[in-house]
Amino acid sequence: MINIENLTKYYGDLCAVDHVNFKIKKGEILGLLGPNGAGKTTIYRILTGYLSPTSGTIKVENDNINEHLMKIKKRIGYLPEEAPLYHEMLVYDYLDFVADLRGVNKINKNAHLHKLADLCSLNEVMHKTINELSKGYRQRVGIAHALMGNPEILVLDEPTAGLDPNQIAETREIIRRIGKEKTIVFSTHILSEAEATCDRVVIIDEGKIVADDTIDALRKELNEQSFEIIFRKLTKGN
Amino acid sequence: MENIKHIFKKEYKAYFVSPIAYIVISVFLIIVGWLFFSTFFLDRQASLTRLFTLLPITFAFIIPAVTMRLFSEEINIGSYELLHTLPVSNQEIIIGKFLAAVAFVGAMLAPTIVYAVSTAFLGDLDWGPVIGGYLGAIFLGAAFSAIGLMASSLTRNQVVAFIISMAICFSLTLMMDFVLFFLPNSIVGFFQYLSANYHFQNIAKGMVDSRDILYFLSVIFLALYGTGLILQEKK
Repeated sequence: MINIENLTKYYGDLCAVDHVNFKIKKGEILGLLGPNGAGKTTIYRILTGYLSPTSGTIKVENDNINEHLMKIKKRIGYLPEEAPLYHEMLVYDYLDFVADLRGVNKINKNAHLHKLADLCSLNEVMHKTINELSKGYRQRVGIAHALMGNPEILVLDEPTAGLDPNQIAETREIIRRIGKEKTIVFSTHILSEAEATCDRVVIIDEGKIVADDTIDALRKELNEQSFEIIFRKLTKGN
Repeated sequence: MENIKHIFKKEYKAYFVSPIAYIVISVFLIIVGWLFFSTFFLDRQASLTRLFTLLPITFAFIIPAVTMRLFSEEINIGSYELLHTLPVSNQEIIIGKFLAAVAFVGAMLAPTIVYAVSTAFLGDLDWGPVIGGYLGAIFLGAAFSAIGLMASSLTRNQVVAFIISMAICFSLTLMMDFVLFFLPNSIVGFFQYLSANYHFQNIAKGMVDSRDILYFLSVIFLALYGTGLILQEKK
């Protein structure tokens, strides 16, 4: 469904993503893993249209991101790391604004907002301003933002970063529930989470792909049971 | 078009949920009121000329305060990333934000209509220059808003955005007075044409000339186009 071809991104002289190629199948939950600064966020930002690639391209089905950006944006819901939101807005107003920009039908809008509020357990904070919310709630608003308009593809950049164990469990549960019918790309530093959720993992280090397979296949290939050790071996952590 | 409306609505509302709008409007009305009424009874003329004479210089530091947050704040907290990854184009974001700033300038000017009405009670007010003055004020406000928006897209620091746009707006306002003193007559005309104050005063006399309108439209277009290029460059 998503084809990433020879993707390269330079920030000045620094090469953040270096000729990356991989595919994401429809309905798959793909874990994009790697140490901090490996280039994961840059790939997400290119995929969601926030940044332009220096060279290479991304195709979603037959649409090239350089030519059909708007069409692709409509199909992708994005949760950036630490969900930066408009602090002064009410949660309801914010989600209403996102629904409008996502082109959610006016007749269905209220029902859709309530459905998302239920799914992300936001009902009790809908009329609070975003700066009053705890980190966990902000993250849930970010997830509701990503799910708005029911996009087919979800890109979640460290959706559980900085949350407490209860919030991590809740967020994971939301991802698990929505993951049944969507294509999901997500990253995490909690490797057990990747093991539990992903159909396949792509591991990148210093902008290059170092592994692209299922976790079981990687175990066999490297003859090692612990995914943490595999990860450290592949990303030069050892 | 729909997206422009949604961005406009959100931005316009955002002005009034923070105290900034009320502070800016109050400061504007106090300054303009004081400048206008301090000599109003001495002049003994039922005219708003003085209000419009001083408007460009007041706008040159009030409007940068109105526009400084439009992009800087978003870039700083990172919400621009969320906004930009929604199915909305750069042009729609820019125009929506620009129109919200112009609408805010309109809301800021609206209470000064009281001055016109009360002046009309005191004497025989010529409404031509008053209407011209307000029309010119909207064009001037729009041009300065576009410049402010461009400055705001340059930096994540609102204070820096404020200073850059104030410097440009002041230069455009004061250009006419400076060139008359320092430059030879042969090139004064050229610099006069670049001065926002010169075109504003023409309209404020009650004469709506297409050259003056064209000047403001050009400034607005160039500044908004520049904003688009700056945002594109950040990608």
